[in-house]
Amino acid sequence: MARAVTSQRKTINTVIAWGVGLLIFFPILWTILTSFKTEAQAINDPPLFLFFDWTLENYSVVQERSDYMRFLWNSVIIAGGSTILGTIIAVPAAWSMAFVPSKRTKDILLWMLSTKMLPAVGVLYPIYLLFIQLGLLDTRIGLVIVLMLINLPIIVWMLYTYFKEIPGEILEAARMDGAGLRDEILYVLTPMAVPGIASTILLNLILAWNEAFWTLNLTAANAGPLTAFIASYSSPEGLFFAKLSAASTMAIAPILILGWFSQKQLVRGLTFGAVK
Amino acid sequence: MGRIVLEKVTKSFGDVEVIPPLDLTIEDGEFAVFVGPSGCGKSTLLRLIAGLEDVTSGEIDIDGQDATEVPPAKRGLAMVFQSYALYPHMSVRKNIAFPLRMAKLDQAEQNRRVEQAAAVLNLTDYLDRRPGQLSGGQRQRVAIGRAIVREPAAFLFDEPLSNLDAALRVGMRLEISELHERLKTTMIYVTHDQVEAMTMADKIVVLRAGNIEQVGSPLELYRSPRNLFVAGFIGSPKMNFIEGGEAGTHGAHAIGVRPEHIAVSESDGPWSGVVGVSEHLGSDTFFHVHETGLAETITVRADGEVGFRHGDRIHMTPRADAIHKFDADGLRIA
Repeated sequence: MARAVTSQRKTINTVIAWGVGLLIFFPILWTILTSFKTEAQAINDPPLFLFFDWTLENYSVVQERSDYMRFLWNSVIIAGGSTILGTIIAVPAAWSMAFVPSKRTKDILLWMLSTKMLPAVGVLYPIYLLFIQLGLLDTRIGLVIVLMLINLPIIVWMLYTYFKEIPGEILEAARMDGAGLRDEILYVLTPMAVPGIASTILLNLILAWNEAFWTLNLTAANAGPLTAFIASYSSPEGLFFAKLSAASTMAIAPILILGWFSQKQLVRGLTFGAVK
Repeated sequence: MGRIVLEKVTKSFGDVEVIPPLDLTIEDGEFAVFVGPSGCGKSTLLRLIAGLEDVTSGEIDIDGQDATEVPPAKRGLAMVFQSYALYPHMSVRKNIAFPLRMAKLDQAEQNRRVEQAAAVLNLTDYLDRRPGQLSGGQRQRVAIGRAIVREPAAFLFDEPLSNLDAALRVGMRLEISELHERLKTTMIYVTHDQVEAMTMADKIVVLRAGNIEQVGSPLELYRSPRNLFVAGFIGSPKMNFIEGGEAGTHGAHAIGVRPEHIAVSESDGPWSGVVGVSEHLGSDTFFHVHETGLAETITVRADGEVGFRHGDRIHMTPRADAIHKFDADGLRIA
């Protein structure tokens, strides 16, 4: 039975929803607003909300002082590369767990997820040493590999749940039609799983883009992505809130826009399997 | 060519043996139907032949070649699934062409065969649609089209008509029979519906709990069921079974008489009872008769329309040459 909702109750719900939404969005809004203030206005007491002298000065200073495009390019390569590499590895893994499960499949899935419960800092030291030995420190390929490994459990899990929903009979039909394993995955499974694979890629792109722990610890001048770009504005010479905000806004803008246009797929990705 | 021989084939899932050692030969060009109640192992048996399940032990020969270890893609068999199992992202044309594409046939040959299959199955107008835009019957025809284009050694059908409504089922049943007449290719057809088995099969294989209860032509099974299970399973409505004294007079533990082998009359006949439900089909009438002192209910078929009503006492005469006798183990007494 549907629960009866009075109009009064509806109004309250709407107000609460907007309240929570604004509360979550507020730091981002404040960052964007601050990026248009002068440094003095940025630390004004009481804080200024909308009525200040809007300026684009911070953006031009940030652009002058550091090469935004280089950081952006690094972000694109690291986030994109790790997601693509992870997907290529995860598709066959998820296929085998979804369609040829063994007694241990559930355990393997849980074990993979359990690696996400380990605090990253716990393995920082060994990975750092490995990176020195392999000459991967401050390289984009090194970060692609690390971020791929970090996100691999999530990619496998998401693909697994999507693949589980594809009827096994269709894959059996492909086998009867003479398709080998490669043909079966390439021509039947993948096209049917495209929506699922797309939202998995999208979510992991965002996760990789926003990842700060490894990108900050394993890069210096060369391979630093946008997270390093932001961090460089909270440097020893003191905090420049307005410039930091401008840098942050520039860093989050691409992914914010991407997220905005792909909301539908994202929501489906995050709640997938919750309701049939 | 498609002669399929199963030798001492067994299948276990973990500790559960679903197919005890089983031998079966399906001759080239034969229409064999596996029939039995749900859970009898008929679908498993088909999947073993298809290669979609591995046999636990035993051997499967296709055309004289040991195919036990051959993957399904290489067995040269085509299968039609209950759920149709069409590729939802491909057009009808691409669905039907898929096995040809996998066999790496050239494009012209693919087109020729697809057009030909589509013509046979009345699908020409639908070739550019997606499966989602078709009705159930059309989808099943696409699935059959996908099976026939590659000219397989044998067709395997896994309850292909179960998802269709009754009228469509009768139509498709005929189409499949006609297809068999035309192609003369071996077909193995799994169903739980004994009417499908009776109407389509050259050879019926009755299964129960993984065991073959009887193999024979439809009429052999109808006339001489080997045991009580087959007797009860083949024929509709079900055969009447009578135990006790009446069976004893025939020198049997139990006797069976089909509803169509009992004559009804107002006053004459050795058996009598009270009419309960009567089902009028026009062409014939079924009476469910109670208080006979023989069995809880005796079902009787009468030709055309017979005007007995609920509560009427009637008399029945079984045809002497159509009484089936069974011993205490349920086996037929010759």
